[in-house]
Amino acid sequence: MRNTMPETGAFFPRDREMHPPAYAPWYKTTVLRSPQRALISLEGTKSEITGPVFGHNILNEFDNDLIVNYAKPGESPIGQRILVHGRVVDERGKGVAGALVEFWQANAGGRYRHKKETYLAALDPNFGGVGRTIADEDGYYWFKTIKPGPYPWPNGVNDWRPAHIHFSIFGHGFAQRLITQMYFEGDPLIWMCPIVKTIPDEEAIKQLIAPLDMNATIPMDMRAYKFDIVLRGRRSTLFENRKEGN
Amino acid sequence: MVQPLGYLRESASQTAGPYVHIGCTPNFTGIHGVFETDLGSGPLVNDKTKGERITVRGRVIDGSGTPLRDALIEIWQADADGFYQSPSETRGTADPNFLGWARCPGDMATGEYVFETIKPGRVPFRDGRLMAPHITFWIVARGINIGLHTRMYFGDEAEANAEDPVLARIEHKVRVPTLIAEREGNTYTFDIYLQGENETVFFDM
Repeated sequence: MRNTMPETGAFFPRDREMHPPAYAPWYKTTVLRSPQRALISLEGTKSEITGPVFGHNILNEFDNDLIVNYAKPGESPIGQRILVHGRVVDERGKGVAGALVEFWQANAGGRYRHKKETYLAALDPNFGGVGRTIADEDGYYWFKTIKPGPYPWPNGVNDWRPAHIHFSIFGHGFAQRLITQMYFEGDPLIWMCPIVKTIPDEEAIKQLIAPLDMNATIPMDMRAYKFDIVLRGRRSTLFENRKEGN
Repeated sequence: MVQPLGYLRESASQTAGPYVHIGCTPNFTGIHGVFETDLGSGPLVNDKTKGERITVRGRVIDGSGTPLRDALIEIWQADADGFYQSPSETRGTADPNFLGWARCPGDMATGEYVFETIKPGRVPFRDGRLMAPHITFWIVARGINIGLHTRMYFGDEAEANAEDPVLARIEHKVRVPTLIAEREGNTYTFDIYLQGENETVFFDM
């Protein structure tokens, strides 16, 4: 973490017309899990503008290498080897130093390692599908993995998720808490997916699609995809005239 | 024409999906050997933590009255003196033996979550008035497109609750009790209703 004064401003309001609404009946599970009443607006108090910060002491050497972190010694998972990298920034473009980024995904065949998953594609004995990392001072993060496969899910009669990686991000305040999904450039399933289509804004969908990044590719080893994550910006406290202790 | 403002837009939220546990609580779902322990699991307290030990438990319930068995619940709270363990905490130093954050998956059979924590102290609102003791909750699950924020207040803090500036903002007073957990012994029960008659108040924070 940088040795600078911590920022204590309230976060910019969320654009709720860009985020998916709670109720999106084409994604069937939302029907019974969506609040029907309006959210109560609450400009950030200490409870929202503060948030937990995680130190590197929680990390092991291979937490951000899914090719290694579940594999037997000398073995590796089957699939397309890729590097996923990018920056966690806020809406002002400032890097979110120390952001904890957690990720999880299916294997190359679209099979998740989970008790409740019954898809007939095989598990990969050398692939767990979980990792985490902490962004550096500039908000930069990276991890190595296998490109996940699409998988079918019981929503419509014939719905398939595009290849995707789930992301969970902690910024500097609990109001920035975000879970999202990364998609891959050129996947035709993206524009058919009911979960993608919960996002009402086409530009916002495009912002979740990671481009192939040949400049970051490791020759003869792995290709790269670049995925930048934007968290809520925050106001400067320079202009906020409030009592101490807000 | 004018200069562009140049702000970026927040990345859109997507559902955490049914397998959120793989990424957030892998040991809970049977993936061992990657992380020694699941982040945020276990009690929030140790022998040296200041404050009154309490248990907070409950379920997240859908619009049909069925508990979710695949939700992930996170809490964020102040220490016994009302300080947050965060770089944005400028009023004082939080209890070094209290992180204030934890994560719990709903039980795969019953949907119940449980946190072993302490009762938080009071934290000032933006204008300096004291808020009543509260715990912030964040809920994600399959079928929840964007994480839901709410607050749990304490049933045995009637006086503080009556002067809480956030509860005071809720126009329909009949909804206030959805945020108040009743005490029994050292346990507070906080059931979160996503939809319907007793729908919990959720905040746009």
